[in-house]
Amino acid sequence: MDTKRTITINGNVFPFETGETILEVARRHCIDIPTLCHLKGAAPTGACRICVVEVENARTLMPACSTPVVHQMIVLTESPKVVEARKLILQLMLSSGNHNCAVRGSDGKDWTRFQLQVAKDDNSDELCPVWGDCRLQDLAYRYQVSGEKFSATETRYPMETVNPFIVRDFSRCIQCGRCVQACNEIQVNNAINFGYRGPDSKIIAAGDRPLKDSDCVFCGECVQACPVGALVEKDVRYKVRPWETTKVRTTCSYCGVGCQLLLHVKDNRVVSVTGMPDAVPNYGSLCVKGRFGYHFINSEERLTSPLIKENGEFREASWDEALDLVADRFKTIRDTHGPDTMGVLTSARVTNEENYIAHKFTRAVLKTNNIDHCARL
Amino acid sequence: MTNTIADIETADVILITGSNTTENHPVLSSVVKRAVAFKGAKLIVVDPRRIKITEFSDHWLRQNLGTDVAWINGMMHVILNENLHDTAFIDARTEGFAEMKATVEKYTPEFVESITGIPARELVAAAKLFASAKAGSILYCMGITQHITGTDNVKSLANLAMLTGNLGIAGGGVNPLRGQNNVQGACDMGGLPNVLTGYQPVTNADAIQKMEKAWGVTGLPTEVGLTVTKMIPKAHDGEFKSLYIIGENPLVSDPDLNHAEKSIKNLEFLVVQDIFMTETARVADVVLPSRCFAEKEGTFSNTERRVQRVREAVKPPGDVKYDWEITCEIATRMGFPMSYGSSEEIMREIAAVTPSYGGISYDRIEHEGLHWPCPTADHPGTPILHGQQFTRGKGMFHAIEWLPPSEHADEDYPMYLTTGRVLYQYHTGTMTMKTEGLNERSPESFVEISDKDAQANGLANGDMVNVASRRGDITARVKVSSMAVNGTVFIPFHFAEAAANKLTNAQLDPVSGIPEFKVCAVKVSKAA
Repeated sequence: MDTKRTITINGNVFPFETGETILEVARRHCIDIPTLCHLKGAAPTGACRICVVEVENARTLMPACSTPVVHQMIVLTESPKVVEARKLILQLMLSSGNHNCAVRGSDGKDWTRFQLQVAKDDNSDELCPVWGDCRLQDLAYRYQVSGEKFSATETRYPMETVNPFIVRDFSRCIQCGRCVQACNEIQVNNAINFGYRGPDSKIIAAGDRPLKDSDCVFCGECVQACPVGALVEKDVRYKVRPWETTKVRTTCSYCGVGCQLLLHVKDNRVVSVTGMPDAVPNYGSLCVKGRFGYHFINSEERLTSPLIKENGEFREASWDEALDLVADRFKTIRDTHGPDTMGVLTSARVTNEENYIAHKFTRAVLKTNNIDHCARL
Repeated sequence: MTNTIADIETADVILITGSNTTENHPVLSSVVKRAVAFKGAKLIVVDPRRIKITEFSDHWLRQNLGTDVAWINGMMHVILNENLHDTAFIDARTEGFAEMKATVEKYTPEFVESITGIPARELVAAAKLFASAKAGSILYCMGITQHITGTDNVKSLANLAMLTGNLGIAGGGVNPLRGQNNVQGACDMGGLPNVLTGYQPVTNADAIQKMEKAWGVTGLPTEVGLTVTKMIPKAHDGEFKSLYIIGENPLVSDPDLNHAEKSIKNLEFLVVQDIFMTETARVADVVLPSRCFAEKEGTFSNTERRVQRVREAVKPPGDVKYDWEITCEIATRMGFPMSYGSSEEIMREIAAVTPSYGGISYDRIEHEGLHWPCPTADHPGTPILHGQQFTRGKGMFHAIEWLPPSEHADEDYPMYLTTGRVLYQYHTGTMTMKTEGLNERSPESFVEISDKDAQANGLANGDMVNVASRRGDITARVKVSSMAVNGTVFIPFHFAEAAANKLTNAQLDPVSGIPEFKVCAVKVSKAA
């Protein structure tokens, strides 16, 4: 890196590389500039303007996400001007829809009319479904603002709930466009985009049809990208709050790509799955099976006890009985008919460790090489 | 894969064949789509169906089913003819070039068109484009391997990659996309009849001796065993007595199911170890319940040979055990004590007896997986194979003639059937079908047919249709689709109620033992 060319941020001098944005240099040096629309891996749009910073000699505040750094640039990221601008942006956003994250002003019984209307829209007496998991709420707290400064905007578009996976709540959409970028620039499914103009602006699919009738393949990249409560998993909405879950990183059990995912666990049940951010090979992306196909884990149909067939019917058995029976029959067949009349199908679904043990068992105990799995099928 | 998934994004030209990438490897398909949309990569798709990824391609070549060797030879013919091959790579890294060249001599674009149906000028344009790449990546899947000439098809793709110098470089490679989470690992771990872990042949006396010493056993078998596709017919004839099936459902996934079912029922003793009562478990003598992936510590190896951690997130239901625990218990009760304290302990043993996994440990892969070969604890892993030399030294060109598929459309069975998967279901559906939303998106089997073929057979979208082959028949719903090409229907194999594999042909590739799932002759008629 050319250390002679520098930028000064909040009084500290940093080197930079040609083409880097103010945001990139700041983040690399742990300077926190808030963003809403910025999506890693996609071209910056500067749409939300929450990342504005003060640049010396510039006529206006500049969006850090899309302003390239030049030599001797002097930047303030939290100046009074910047803070004032961010407060205004946040107040406008908060008044633009059903952002009912602020708990009612008094301890009295009465909710505000706004809160009552949102409760009716949501058919829930709880606060926002992403309360505690919302970048807009985080920023409202950080800058200590609410949506009361401006009169609330009417909700223009009804909620879309007609697909099995994703609830689209246009009343909470801040039009940051992260979902559009996630769909078009990350997954490249090209299913959604901005539609209509001005105050009618809306994220639409297939000429404003429901997702289920569009090119949407329900990968859920848009849900993971949504910084607010506009796109929420149907099965999670009002059922799971982030602080109720623990998250365990593991590897997906469907295709061979090996996506890294986080299983969200509540009361010993997997209740949601998200892509592990910034990790190879999928960098947070998942497909519909990896993200939504987790119900088999807690399925009522799981086998829970060994079963032995007698007179054509299965009956439950203890492990001791079942394992003794299997060991006994295997031994008898091996010793009577010979090892090569026996075989093992190990599994492309179980772990390496389990395949290794199956292979060892086949060769060392059954004494045959008749082992295979469904790689061919 | 010889290369990594991320590497695909650095290719100039990507050739996809026999892979419905957006449905079967959706996240990997995004890498391809990004390369095309934002990095200027060119895409060639060779596939018998008008699959989604063709919308991103510069060239879609539609080959007749079972004609892959012909079009690959044809491309090589064009590349040689135009002098676009990589002479330096061929001279330094390969052998057998002259024989291969002599064989592809007669595969002129016109001759290839007569076999494959691919217009000569399109083949020429695609061949020139592929040869022009600084880095050309070849991606393939079961559409290449599930033929009686599957091995030849793969070797032909390797020929093409070597001819254009596309091996051992970033953005190049011959990249099979593995369809199951740990199919790579099952192969790596010796879940094959001919090799021990890390592909050490069972016929290699040194490898056998090493295992005997490590395991404290003598007399390990040294003759190559049977593939699943050979065990089943032997069971049918009564020569095969018992099977121990772990986490597999051959009674939906095997070809010629009617025959397979009879064979498996004919076994003297069948043990199935699974998480659900599958179609196969129903006919077992004993069923043993195991943990699912979310209840396990361990590792999976992905399609790019990256060994990654699997972690226990929830406690298992009822009284179920690790698959390895169950197998160890059986071994111990048969008089061969096998006992481990944890999956990690097993990995230590794997590393000790498997050269390519020698440097893999849970500590090293805690945050990011490693690509094998990774022989030692300080080895960084091998993201790209064949960098300096091939496993056998020089890369071998194979001179391969095209052979027709084993079954042809004729008067009695005038259409072709090919099979595969859909986005919303997975393999035999035991897992995906537990999610209502996935079933809502993909509720049942269907017969994908072109508009013209539908009209010719008096079929409308949504009609029930009977599809019959020489081996069986099923009834499913008609889906008139622009994805289908005249003369060929497609049926997904997920659905046991209308199992496509009742129709498929169990003829095998003589080397790999893979059945010809992708080609068979059928007739369709409106169901009564």
